[in-house]
Amino acid sequence: MSKIDIKLSGVGGQGILSIATVLGQAATAAGVNLKQAEVHGMSQRGGDVQSDLRLSTESVFSDQIPLGGADLILSMEPMEALRYLPWLSESGVVVTSSRPLVNIPDYPDEAALLAELDALPRVVRLDIEGLARELQSPRSANMILLGMAAPYIPLLSEEQLRAALESVFGRKGPDVVQANLRAFEAGLGHALKTVSK
Amino acid sequence: MPERRLLLGDEAIALGALHAGLSGVYAYPGTPSTEITEFIQQSPLARERGVRSRWCTNEKTAMEAALGMSFAGRRALVCMKHVGMNVCADAFINAGVTGVNGGLVVLAADDPSMHSSQNEQDSRFYGKFALVPILEPSTQQEAFDLMAYAFELSEELRLPVLMRTVTRLAHSRAAVEVGDPQPQRVLPPASERTRWVLLPGNARRQYAALVDKQPDLVRRANESRFNALEAGEEGGLGVIAAGTGWNYVREAAPQGVSVLKLTQYPLPAARIRELAAHCSRILVVEDGQPFVEEQVRGLLGADYPVGGRLDGQLPRTGELNPDNVAAAFGITNAGPFGPARLLAPRPPQLCQGCGHRDVYTALNKVAAEYPGARIFGDIGCYTLGALPPFRAIDSCVDMGASITMAKGAADAGIHPAIAIIGDSTFTHSGMTGLLDAVNDRSPITVIISDNLTTAMTGGQDSAGTHKFEAICLALGVEREHLHVVVPLPKNMEEITRILREEIEYQGVSVIIPQRECMQTLGRKLRAKKQAQ
Repeated sequence: MSKIDIKLSGVGGQGILSIATVLGQAATAAGVNLKQAEVHGMSQRGGDVQSDLRLSTESVFSDQIPLGGADLILSMEPMEALRYLPWLSESGVVVTSSRPLVNIPDYPDEAALLAELDALPRVVRLDIEGLARELQSPRSANMILLGMAAPYIPLLSEEQLRAALESVFGRKGPDVVQANLRAFEAGLGHALKTVSK
Repeated sequence: MPERRLLLGDEAIALGALHAGLSGVYAYPGTPSTEITEFIQQSPLARERGVRSRWCTNEKTAMEAALGMSFAGRRALVCMKHVGMNVCADAFINAGVTGVNGGLVVLAADDPSMHSSQNEQDSRFYGKFALVPILEPSTQQEAFDLMAYAFELSEELRLPVLMRTVTRLAHSRAAVEVGDPQPQRVLPPASERTRWVLLPGNARRQYAALVDKQPDLVRRANESRFNALEAGEEGGLGVIAAGTGWNYVREAAPQGVSVLKLTQYPLPAARIRELAAHCSRILVVEDGQPFVEEQVRGLLGADYPVGGRLDGQLPRTGELNPDNVAAAFGITNAGPFGPARLLAPRPPQLCQGCGHRDVYTALNKVAAEYPGARIFGDIGCYTLGALPPFRAIDSCVDMGASITMAKGAADAGIHPAIAIIGDSTFTHSGMTGLLDAVNDRSPITVIISDNLTTAMTGGQDSAGTHKFEAICLALGVEREHLHVVVPLPKNMEEITRILREEIEYQGVSVIIPQRECMQTLGRKLRAKKQAQ
């Protein structure tokens, strides 16, 4: 059996659920079983947003990931990545944006927060928002994160992820698809350069 | 040709209903049920077939319209969140007494853990109360499959069928195998008046007939292919796994455990006795309240050990998860990492630029001038006015309670008693309360914060848009005490002046701050840009 459990997290409006949609599309096209639980409603209003994505070659039963069971924490925001540490497995990897989104008065000290993140055994982090701005497509920031995660999702190939991305964004026009593909490649490039400790 | 589609639990329910030959869905938006109706509204098949799907004003109007469609011989679906069952309970319970003609399925989406709700009531109690069958899917595939089954069951028994789901299934995606849709079902309209006119003489007969149907309902549950018993070791542990509880049990249960998957109610007493005879103790794993557990204790007697939420093997409140179910089997799920040291809660908040923000800024400014002021809130995005930075409201209880609680408080001498209610909540359950206040000349100030949409649930049409002044005037609010303002910082002086004047008025005043929701406005602008 081959499985991968992913905790997706971020702040309402950062495009977490679109990442889940692309991964779900890729898995379905590849014949990989999945369950993807998400929270709608109140949490979307600038609060923390989280989704459990479970991929497996076998049947998936629980919609939620058990504590210590996540192979990957995938986050658009560094504090939101840390929020789900109790779910991270022994060999789990954290792939996250390093740029804090400060919309609360008591946000922790940024340097201390990043130090706590870096103290973990396997972390890939990048200022995603900064890179998205460089690429002149701030709305594609979430696809940078997906690109960064690609090497850590062996059940789905990069080609399958690209195809799913094209199919999900296709109805928004070729420009949107291209911007998102560029973002995906930039994220992937960064992850491949980063030596995972 | 079967096709595999990635669907939310809600979407699987919607597609299942469409494929079962649905003619109408009746609903008021409410998390986690909203996506069912939205899916039907956007479905090409529904459009082609003319399936009626416009939002209703509240759950009671929805239930009654669906019953009318059933009366006329068509299949109808009613959808709501769990607390919507309270609103439509009158119609729902009596639909059990009249019975139905065309298939009628009532879908209640419960929200254990209250992700987006005020309580975690369990809708299965309503099904038992009304003496109707209940279905509770475990998976997205089952949610799809059960819809056709539910409509058939409803027509065979001539009873409404309650379908109960929970947040984790409603809002979780999985691949669903989907076959070809059935044609729309058309039966002749109902004609037996003695069945449908619930005068006491008829109602007594109908109620007795409903009670007489109960052994058949139990027999069907005992024989249902959806209530499957997997026998494990003799004399070992037996688990009754209801709905989504079955998923966690499938993952966590050790070898040798016997499992009765419970999907169709009333309780299949014979299957439960069979499980009890095979095992030496029973654990009940169910999401929500201990509905099954209580009944099983009664069924098996005090000497048979039955556990679950009532004896602390599972937590008494909150939803099931893989960890608390594993713990009930004596397994501790834990990873190597504890909670992070640096974490701050990040609660939801009103959007930047939202009109409700300006309303609360004005209200807080004026309320500060009156030490006795109390602000009665209601259900919607604006409930977030309870949190910092506004901390503006003193209550939020149920749909429409802002106006009526303000009235009662004013009756007891609270001044100023101010109600704040959203546009959709006002038409849902606020209008009747406003009529009470007008008739009693209650000295209250009502703010209908109108963002032209049902915002909290994602921007569905709001029943009263562009009609609020007319509605208030028709209910008897005086013209000179009815004001429409635009909640923007530049209008703060005008809004606070009106608030002060109306607080001083010894009768009902209504102020309608009116400005479109930032989310729906943004979506419209993006759609326009894309169309260009």
